[in-house]
Amino acid sequence: MTVDAPISQSIDKNNLSNFVYLDHAASTPMRAEAIAAMAPYMSGMYANPSGSHRFARIARKAIDEARDEVADVIGCKAGEVIFTSGGTEGDNATIFGAARRKGGIAVCSAAEHHAVLHCVENLNGHIIGVDATGVIDVNALEQVLQDSQIAGRVNVVSVMAVNNEVGSISPLRQVAKIVRANAPSAVLHTDAVQATCWQDLREISKLVDVMSLSAHKFGGPKGMGVTMQRIGLEIDPLIVGGGQERDRRSGTHNVGGIMATAAALRETDSTRDVEIARVTKLRDALVDAVIAGLDDVLETVGRDKRVPGIAHLCIAGCESEAILFLLDEAMICASAASACASGAMEPSHVLSAMGIDPKYTMGALRMSLGHTTTERDIDRASTALIAAVHQLRRNKTMSKTMSKTTHKVSASK
Amino acid sequence: MKVLVAMSGGVDSSVAAAELIDQGHEVVGVTMRLWGGESDTGCCSVSDVDDARRVAQQLGIDHLVFNFSEDFDKHVVAPYVQAHVDGITPNPCIECNRHLKFDRLSERARILGFDAVATGHHAQITRDQDSTYRLTRGHDELKDQSYVVYMLDQAELAFTMFPVGHLTKAQVRDRAVALGLRTATKPDSQDVCFISRTGGRETFLGHRIEFRKASVITTDGVQAGAVDALELVTIGQRKGLGLPGGGPKKYVVDVDMPNARVVIGDEDQLLRTGLVVTNVMWAEIEPTIGVTVLVQCSAHGAALPAVVQSLNPLVLKFEVAQRRIAPGQSVVCYDPTNSFVLGGGIADAINPINN
Repeated sequence: MTVDAPISQSIDKNNLSNFVYLDHAASTPMRAEAIAAMAPYMSGMYANPSGSHRFARIARKAIDEARDEVADVIGCKAGEVIFTSGGTEGDNATIFGAARRKGGIAVCSAAEHHAVLHCVENLNGHIIGVDATGVIDVNALEQVLQDSQIAGRVNVVSVMAVNNEVGSISPLRQVAKIVRANAPSAVLHTDAVQATCWQDLREISKLVDVMSLSAHKFGGPKGMGVTMQRIGLEIDPLIVGGGQERDRRSGTHNVGGIMATAAALRETDSTRDVEIARVTKLRDALVDAVIAGLDDVLETVGRDKRVPGIAHLCIAGCESEAILFLLDEAMICASAASACASGAMEPSHVLSAMGIDPKYTMGALRMSLGHTTTERDIDRASTALIAAVHQLRRNKTMSKTMSKTTHKVSASK
Repeated sequence: MKVLVAMSGGVDSSVAAAELIDQGHEVVGVTMRLWGGESDTGCCSVSDVDDARRVAQQLGIDHLVFNFSEDFDKHVVAPYVQAHVDGITPNPCIECNRHLKFDRLSERARILGFDAVATGHHAQITRDQDSTYRLTRGHDELKDQSYVVYMLDQAELAFTMFPVGHLTKAQVRDRAVALGLRTATKPDSQDVCFISRTGGRETFLGHRIEFRKASVITTDGVQAGAVDALELVTIGQRKGLGLPGGGPKKYVVDVDMPNARVVIGDEDQLLRTGLVVTNVMWAEIEPTIGVTVLVQCSAHGAALPAVVQSLNPLVLKFEVAQRRIAPGQSVVCYDPTNSFVLGGGIADAINPINN
């Protein structure tokens, strides 16, 4: 059988500048301000900020200032900021920490990131369904919280601010209203990892008790996170030891990481409005080009219902892994759903919770944009994607014809 | 050529990738993620994926992971469970080759624009005078795996490469050592990859089906013992039948699933000359009725002479009676020189010649 020539044989794959990076929802390039902010604390000013000497006080002052800065962007008190190792820690610490203190029932939506979902499943909690856009079904949430078996026993409700796969924006205001009215003693947590670049965190934080962020999703370093936790909540620490972060999270401060996180968050906040306008335009151009060039492509969630950075498409007649391979050959970095430990793509629990036809979900593709995305990236990506899907659909038809003419045996019983 | 090499994380497929690079091919390694449940390392577990990826990095080739776990459940695990319910011997490794490596993966490879799929099987693909492809036994006769890939037809043989088939296992290991590959001394995988050593087959099946108790009777219908799990009994089995000690050796000669009875008898009652084979496919053309072929009924069993008595269904008559082939076993016919595969199929429950 004949085969297509690879789409982009001419591209030098060893040249990093040939990458078109459309996987900002997985991780973002660090901002120059963040790298500059962390460097001095990795070489010259390396003391442990918990020390009592003058050298330690230099580091202590740095993280105190960083905390003020983070609190300002989040819209909370400095004492409510906890530096963590990332979004997963924030999610785990909140859900398990609340359960450890007072037991009870944990509740979350079916489209949460695994860092929330697996905690709630582990505690045999309640998973609330989502609507066709992937956001929590607020009526179902209300019903569960009012259920006589459950009412009064819910200790934590976790609802993501923005979905990491399809980008849909949760109705947090409604969620907060329902939780406050029906489960006033429950901790309301939001994983706002995917919201940071696109939404004013002050608007989110005022609705919830705890909010988890991940630094590398907004131009900060990997292995750093921020959790905003209101004072006086009934949450036990997950990590105990030296009592750092007011006993809420022990472990020597990652001073450089904290400095970089604060710098990246400041930069994200101050450029957000401009970036929203710029990236929305690029994202729309990308999706428009792909839809114009291909039949049978589903834009998974309407543009008004999701953040600017995410273009999520479901392409009929193709498999995600195959699309990603051909995009990879063209040095386009994209994603389908979450990857498991082996690196394989897992079928998306988000798309199946949304009830999308499997004909479409098997060809799911997420392209996520961010502060380094350019018009050239969009052009190259849309061209490569259209060519890839044409190749896959054409070869699939040929492969089918071939297997029909070949004598195949069926499985033994 | 652009070759997609299936890398299980074992030494054979590691060296297969190295051989292909030497031959000047453009090589991409892929590990199939097949089983999401509990398992030991051996084939395609996360640690095997790590090994495959590390080898690919050492060799300087791309490495991908394809998630075919749904297909694996459907075509390998579910039939494995159902076979036990039906009292049939399952062939999970052969079904995995048939449906995953040489169907799902080769289809994916074609769609992506590859020219061939390669694996680390010890088998060889040769051409005869008129260019027909022949699935030939591996050079290392002790490690030959042509039996487990017998289902490859001409189209698949044309699209498949076995880069280590011309090497002995010792040569493969030497090559891996010379290249400094971390899989060089990794033991061969032995067991069914989705059955863990600690839990075993009984635990695995126990979570999925309800075992039926069964009585053990002699060929004359005399009650002799009992078993707790009819589904775990295999033809030829001697132990675990609840029989009193002493006396002549007794073997399971039949498993009667509908009536939940295990029939035992003497060794000679296990012997058969006839064998009916279903789901047969031939590598090239059907053999002529009356010819003698060599028939192999297990991965490392001897190939014994048998005459082709009919073709639809395929009926074989062994020259020397041998122990009954359990229904469900793969039956592979080789040419009279015992060097290449003529075709094969699945042993049927019916035994035409009961003597």
